[in-house]
Amino acid sequence: MTPTTDSTEHPNEQPAPLLQASGISKRFAGLMALADVSIQVGAGETVAVIGPNGAGKSTLFNCLSGVLRADRGTVTFDGQRLESLGPTQRSRLGIARTFQRIELFGGMTVRDHLMVAERARSGRGGLWSDLFRSSKPTEEEYARCQAVLDLLGLDDVEDRSADSLSLGKGRLVELGRALMCEPRLLFLDEPSSGLDRNETEEMSLALETVQREHGTAVVLIEHDVPMVQRLATRIYVLDYGSLIASGNTMDVLEDEVVRAAYLGVAT
Amino acid sequence: MVDLLEYAVRGIPTGCVFALLAVGLVLTYKTSGVFNLAFAAQAYTSAAVFYVLRKEQEWPLFWSAFIAIVIVGPALGLLLERVLFRHLRGAGSLAKMVTSLGLLIAIPEVVKLFFGSDAKSNPPPLWYVRRTDEWLWPQGSKFVLDAGQVTTIVSTLVVVVGLTVLFRYTNLGLRMRAVVESPRLAELNGVNAERVSMASWMLSSMMAGLAGVLVAPLFASLNPIDLFTLLVAALAATVVGGLSSIPLTFFGAIGLGMLQAVLAGSLPTNSVLATGLRPGLPFLVLFALLIFRPGLRSNSETADPLATVDPPLPVPVAVSRPRWMSISSRTVGVVATIFGLLVSWFLLDGFWLAIVISGVVLAVIMLSLTVVTGIGGMLSLAQAALAAIGAFTTAQVVTATGLPVLVAMLIGAAVAAACGALLAIPVVRLDGVYLALATLAFALMFESILVPLSWVSGGSVPLAVPRPVIGPWDLADDRYFLLFAALCLTVIALAVIRVRQGTTGRFLQAIQSSPTAANSIGISGGRSRIIAFTLAAGIAGFGGGLLASFAGRANYQASFPYVVGLVWVALVISAGARSIQAAVFSGIMFFLLPATLNRVFSWPENYLEAHQQAPEWMQNLLGLVQPNWALPVSFILFGIGAFTYAKHPEGIIEARTNSSVTALLRWTERRKAKVDASSSVDAPQVSA
Ligand SMILES: Nc1ncnc2c1ncn2[C@@H]1O[C@H](COP(=O)(O)OP(=O)(O)OP(=O)(O)O)[C@@H](O)[C@H]1O
Ligand SMILES: [Mg+2]
Repeated sequence: MTPTTDSTEHPNEQPAPLLQASGISKRFAGLMALADVSIQVGAGETVAVIGPNGAGKSTLFNCLSGVLRADRGTVTFDGQRLESLGPTQRSRLGIARTFQRIELFGGMTVRDHLMVAERARSGRGGLWSDLFRSSKPTEEEYARCQAVLDLLGLDDVEDRSADSLSLGKGRLVELGRALMCEPRLLFLDEPSSGLDRNETEEMSLALETVQREHGTAVVLIEHDVPMVQRLATRIYVLDYGSLIASGNTMDVLEDEVVRAAYLGVAT
Repeated sequence: MVDLLEYAVRGIPTGCVFALLAVGLVLTYKTSGVFNLAFAAQAYTSAAVFYVLRKEQEWPLFWSAFIAIVIVGPALGLLLERVLFRHLRGAGSLAKMVTSLGLLIAIPEVVKLFFGSDAKSNPPPLWYVRRTDEWLWPQGSKFVLDAGQVTTIVSTLVVVVGLTVLFRYTNLGLRMRAVVESPRLAELNGVNAERVSMASWMLSSMMAGLAGVLVAPLFASLNPIDLFTLLVAALAATVVGGLSSIPLTFFGAIGLGMLQAVLAGSLPTNSVLATGLRPGLPFLVLFALLIFRPGLRSNSETADPLATVDPPLPVPVAVSRPRWMSISSRTVGVVATIFGLLVSWFLLDGFWLAIVISGVVLAVIMLSLTVVTGIGGMLSLAQAALAAIGAFTTAQVVTATGLPVLVAMLIGAAVAAACGALLAIPVVRLDGVYLALATLAFALMFESILVPLSWVSGGSVPLAVPRPVIGPWDLADDRYFLLFAALCLTVIALAVIRVRQGTTGRFLQAIQSSPTAANSIGISGGRSRIIAFTLAAGIAGFGGGLLASFAGRANYQASFPYVVGLVWVALVISAGARSIQAAVFSGIMFFLLPATLNRVFSWPENYLEAHQQAPEWMQNLLGLVQPNWALPVSFILFGIGAFTYAKHPEGIIEARTNSSVTALLRWTERRKAKVDASSSVDAPQVSA
């Protein structure tokens, strides 16, 4: 049995999905990293993308967040076509992400990471206010920062330089930085890799809270099956750049082919 | 049409000169990943050796050429590889380029120490006939080539064909390419990366020598600056070849030579276009190519699959300091500044006062490098040109409108900022080395096309710029001017600190340490970098105006030639691109070190004059020391300073401060731990 495609699975649940990517293809020299991949994400929904190493999951994220230009395919976010937009513009529309190989700003404290993201989002502060006004955070910015720090349990390390933190804390900082952008759609590339049980738990809790309170849609690349089961309602399975299965989490995870081929190691 | 063709053919010899330099540069880049600005200095070394042997010692042509090209050239290459570049193989291309910038400054000065810094006029040719007397081919036709041109063409063809064969068909060529792709991977595959790297340096250095000896007779006297300018002109060809294809580079160079000849022939003589555009053309082409050639960004850094084995250098960031420490270091800075001003005010005579003032004013221009390079992360080689724009504008405004000098300086700063913004818009999209080259091309375009124009520079006689008069204070008095300059420096330094700590600085820091992550939160690299570049240009322009006002004239040749700008860059980068102290230090050092060394090196002469009866050995020994060593030795030191960049990208001063801060922190922590330990020993007793 192959899980059916989600369009039949969820007929009229979301009238217009928040993100609709169709026919995405990406080739690196001779390697077809993505071949005609289509996914859609509804507002406030959590979906997971799984697949073995080198399947093209991160490449898919890069194409959707604008880091890479897809060779073919269309991406629509909230009714707007994204193909011609760069990562910066996509971020301003409300798409945020984290990275598989963690990307922090060297030498900046945890709080600075959040503050930089806050300023980038709000557009406050610039050369003029640097020179002639105070570049100190306002009460409101401070409060927003504090809320995210509390949510992620980062308040005890807020003044530490981010590159001196453990990988787990580092991933939380990345998540916090993404959350400061008030995203409507969040891409998380293997958020639990390198984290211990407690940290994974913390991460899952934080994600659940974010979703409950802000209705953020989340796309998750994840090898940790319990976490996927807990958070995701639907799953896409990639292999060798192609979508080989998709559907409800339970259906896909119980699918014999998928289990045997791709989840044997993880479960 | 026929005329055009004839002109084009006439351009071939020039094209070959470009080709020789460009191909040599590509060879170094291909085999070592070093964008070797010092190629010109290597060429100069061989040319100087050839000059001394052939002209001064009157050796036979063959042996002079043999020693200069086949012995000295490769030996120098080997030396550079062993001592410097071997250790830089894993470093970024920008660090390598800065090192080569240091060499470009230091090597010619070392050569001058050996062979005397007198003008070496009429360099001897590498052939027997004199270059204008005897026309070789084809007699009586419209296309005439002289012996020098024939030699150049033949050598170039031999070199280009030889190198192409080497890379395409030989084992050594294959191994050379493998080493550049990934030294580690090549070594794992049994290639001896060390040996290959040595071989390629010797080969490219020999080419530099050949080029140097061949092109030297084109100039009235042998001079490293002319060779470097020619090299930058040839860079356009290397960009045509994408810094990797030797045949494409060759054709690019020939095309450039032809274009130049056609323009020279077809433009009306004496027009602005002819006088300005002809020498400026290669830089214009270089600039345009850098901006418009697609694909330069993506292949600029060779991606080594094993790069993580040799971890990249850390991004230069300050160790974060506790509050008490930054407050106390700031206090020390303020006290030192006041002390320096008091000493200058009361103790210095006119000469040393002028040195200090020049240094303080230059420190303002250095702060522009702090902004663009330290905070913005862009290696700009055009700050001297931007400072000159400020100086010229100040002079023109004062001359034309009679506005107060201070107002004119502000207008100068604004005009420089505007020019900086215009330059930044196309340039900030480029990566490290390419951005540096584009700004260098801009500096040379400015120097060769705009500076000669009278509406820019005022013509051949530099325009006068008066000193400001502020209320009761006439700054014609140097001591008042010093206070004023120090005030300007302080205000600008505070502004730079605010920018560094403010949103702009943070955004730029984010972009440098992770461009993808910065983009992912909506920070646009282009915008922030344009802002930094513009601000820096404005500061440079203000500093330029101030320098002109102090000197009394907006004198391009004395203050702002692009080569001087290169020394500034080397100096401030090695001292510390991000730090204010480093900018001030390097501004003052630029003038103070040569002046001090001059005093030091004059001492033996004065001593001997005073002690006529000193023993003979002493007279001989002290007689060796020449006061005119001061300038070469200073520049050698400045150049050597740049070598430290690869190891301490944060700068010598910053590295020093950081290590002492770390040590201090560790010490206080240990003390605290001790106190804690003793109190926690107490604690249980109390609770029990
Ligand atoms: N920039 C690139 N250039 C060339 N090939 C690439 C590039 N990025 C990814 N690839 C290749 O594309 C394929 C898909 O890579 P991708 O990183 O998307 O896989 P992934 O599913 O995220 O794997 P993992 O679970 O290991 O993270 C891999 O074979 C990879 O080597
Ligand atoms: Mg991945």
